Amino acid sequence: MPTVTMTVNGKQVSGEVEPRTLLVEFLREGLGLTGTHVGCDTSQCGCCVVHVDGRSVKACTMLAVQAEGAEVTTIEGLAADGSLHPLQQAFHENHGLQCGFCTPGMIMSSLELLQRNPDPSEAEVREWLEGNLCRCTGYHNIVKSVLAAAAAMRGAARAAE
Amino acid sequence: MVEKGIGAAVPRKEDHRFITGRGRYTDDINLPGQTHAVFVRSPHAHARIRSIAKEGALAVPGVIAVFTGADAQADGLGGLICGWMVKSKDGSDMKAAPHPVLAVDRVRYVGDPVAVVIAETLQQARDGAEALEIDYEELPAVAAVDAAHDGPLVHDEVPNNLIYDWELGDAAAVDEAFARAARVVTQEHIQNRLVPNALEPRAAIGVYDTGTEEFTLYLTSQNPHVHRLVMSAFVAVAPEHKLRVVAPDVGGGFGSKIFIYNEECVVTWASRKIGGRPVKWREERSEAFLCDAHGRDHVTKAELALDEDGNFLALRVTTKANLGAYMSTFSSAVPTYLYATLLAGQYKTPAIHANVKAYYTNTTPVDAYRGAGRPEASFLLETLIDKAARELGMDPAELRRKNFIPKDAFPYQTPVALTYDTGDYEATLDRALELADYEGFPARKAEAAKRGKLRGIGLSCYIEACGIAPSQVAISLGAGVGLWESARIRCTHTGKVQVLTGAHSHGQGHETTFSQLVAERLGVPYEDVEVIHGDTASTPIGMGTYGSRSLAVGGEAIMKACDKIIAKGAKIAAHLLEASEADIEFEAGVYRVKGTDKQKTIQEVIFTAYVPASYPEGVEPGMDESAFFDPPNFTYPAGTYVCEVEVDPDTGTVAIEKFVAVDDFGRVINPMVVEGQVHGGLAQGIGQALLEGAVYDETGQLLTGSYMDYCMPRADDLPSFEVHTSPGTPTATNSMGVKGCGEAGAIGAPAAVINALTDAIGQRVEMPATPERIWRAVRASAMPQAAE
Repeated sequence: MPTVTMTVNGKQVSGEVEPRTLLVEFLREGLGLTGTHVGCDTSQCGCCVVHVDGRSVKACTMLAVQAEGAEVTTIEGLAADGSLHPLQQAFHENHGLQCGFCTPGMIMSSLELLQRNPDPSEAEVREWLEGNLCRCTGYHNIVKSVLAAAAAMRGAARAAE
Repeated sequence: MVEKGIGAAVPRKEDHRFITGRGRYTDDINLPGQTHAVFVRSPHAHARIRSIAKEGALAVPGVIAVFTGADAQADGLGGLICGWMVKSKDGSDMKAAPHPVLAVDRVRYVGDPVAVVIAETLQQARDGAEALEIDYEELPAVAAVDAAHDGPLVHDEVPNNLIYDWELGDAAAVDEAFARAARVVTQEHIQNRLVPNALEPRAAIGVYDTGTEEFTLYLTSQNPHVHRLVMSAFVAVAPEHKLRVVAPDVGGGFGSKIFIYNEECVVTWASRKIGGRPVKWREERSEAFLCDAHGRDHVTKAELALDEDGNFLALRVTTKANLGAYMSTFSSAVPTYLYATLLAGQYKTPAIHANVKAYYTNTTPVDAYRGAGRPEASFLLETLIDKAARELGMDPAELRRKNFIPKDAFPYQTPVALTYDTGDYEATLDRALELADYEGFPARKAEAAKRGKLRGIGLSCYIEACGIAPSQVAISLGAGVGLWESARIRCTHTGKVQVLTGAHSHGQGHETTFSQLVAERLGVPYEDVEVIHGDTASTPIGMGTYGSRSLAVGGEAIMKACDKIIAKGAKIAAHLLEASEADIEFEAGVYRVKGTDKQKTIQEVIFTAYVPASYPEGVEPGMDESAFFDPPNFTYPAGTYVCEVEVDPDTGTVAIEKFVAVDDFGRVINPMVVEGQVHGGLAQGIGQALLEGAVYDETGQLLTGSYMDYCMPRADDLPSFEVHTSPGTPTATNSMGVKGCGEAGAIGAPAAVINALTDAIGQRVEMPATPERIWRAVRASAMPQAAE
């Protein structure tokens, strides 16, 4: 079996995988990072979104061996030194989650949106999240959370200047 | 008011683990020595199993065992049951055919489990499943409920596939009213079949301990005790006291995780068969489409009789309900007691009669899905009333207002068995019309017309019966179980409070809401309360979460247990304060001798209960009280939804421009959580109206079997909602005055959307009102001669 080596949440990891092992399987079963979820088998639901080299990726559409040498960030790696990321904080404050199953994917997907566009409109948020399904919230509070996080991150960026 | 008590929009305490990726769902659990199960399912809607050859599968590396229906039967495993007896109008029992946990001789729907392959790894189990040889002889199938009566028999012992032919109401009174009616409005419609699609697929891990002979099942369940009961009493997987069911974090349910399914029974049994190694199964999404119980699927004819002034005289309804290939756990009750009993709606219609025929077909079993029967009733009534308004040339709001049960008429006995306790339907209608700027609609319609768009506005005044259920009523109507709820309040030495509840949270936020209740009632800090649920080994026997019952029934059990704590504490406080118990008052966590400043905090009293240095005679040590609550009545949340849409006649696409919801849920404990529940319900209701529909071809193959084919509502399909929960009329059915909020959105929204669409394009199209259907309808009405 091939060995794969990558950096996950800042830590170098390696493991033996079958060629057919998906990245999401490697993260969940190989590394025990179960915050990344599997909600479908057609790459539609977005529950498994992680960041690979800074881009949001559905971890069920990528083989583990394709992530050789990559920097991977999962939901477990988002809260830097114990303090919640503004997106995590905003989802909590705005009731942006109910059952929590889609939440890691929603947050990881929204993260790339805010990296690309720090000040998205409601319509832009809704369009961006087209690849992430939620059955609980009707998206209302998810959209509100992302907009709140965007505002908080802009505020923090201005304060840092 | 206590900080973070009743009425406060407290952000949820359960959030932290979910936003940091530390939730613990069933599929996140991996046990030492674990094996993996894959179910082999029928590819045919209807077939005879000629033979099953296990050899090929058993030869696959890593495969440990293959079990079939014959193996399960030989081992004494029973079948799944439907737990609610519905009788036909001739008095005969419903015809519930056997439902083996693995098919024996016949398969009856695509996805019907035939065998299970257990292997060291999931991939090996998949490879083993591929290698299993099953020889089928295909049989003719029936999928549509309209074709069921004269279709091929799904179960040979059930003539015409007819499970029951049930009625409710006074047929003679309805006939008499129709005979003298000035006008009769008729509508035939389809209630589209839906797939629940909780984002977390179902999963189960069964473990048998060969030492203690105890079974543990980790399961995606809304009601672990109900699972344990059915799996022991009927399926005979294990004696009830030797079976522990754990429902850890559960990723949404919407009804689909109430039911006792084949797979959890099989993996639990299989663990014993293979010597006690854990057996883990997680469904693929494509399995979820085929095997999780579907919702709705009615064909209905409804007639409303009115006098010349627009007063409703009578309602007559005939419905055919598709229950699929087997009767799921609560399937029988959904198109009967959860449907026809709601046909009075918010109106004083004096005579109502409903006839419901339920059929078997070669499709996935159908059972309760968010709203369960009540969306079907609400849609029927609210679209029919709109049709009546159009035919009478009346404003739909005014026709409703004219026929509302007036607010001084409560308690109100409907002609379809229910007694509504409170409500003020005009108040919610008025508020909704104002928030939606109903008056200003004609101007907006005219403006849209200038842009070539068709704009419409639609109302829906729904009602539901929640807080399921008064046990004696439910049992007298055929329920096989009581529907009370339980709670235990366990205080610790240091004054912390553990709340053990029989309800189960799978997104509803019970850990927060229940903590608020206890903080308010006991006067302890919200942070000192911990809610524990979902494990039959630790929680009191409870009936679980569905039918918007957790707060109205489970919450009241918690309140009652709190009251027992307070009462016991009063005896201890009286002793400590050297006063008579009658002189002790309790408020905000403090026992006080009336009229003095002598006091003890509840924490001091709790400590004394565990360290009884000086203690009242005859009082047991400890502070740990249980309570059960059986509600005296249902609760009746009601409200008005207003939807405004714009249709592009060139493409048939619909944009929801505004959606206003005004709900009367009685008293609201956590407004943020309640609004979230409404948002989710609205999304599912809008999904039913515009996007979602399970489609079978005539051979019984599910054409909408993945997210590629079944249109789930996405963020850019939906608007932001305007949700309001006042004015509310608190119920007296529980001490909190709460009615339940989990299903309202899914119940009220479909009619509001369809009425708005009908208003925009001039005719009603069936749900889901897809752009294609709308485009065809618009074209047909624009060119009547071309359509003919």
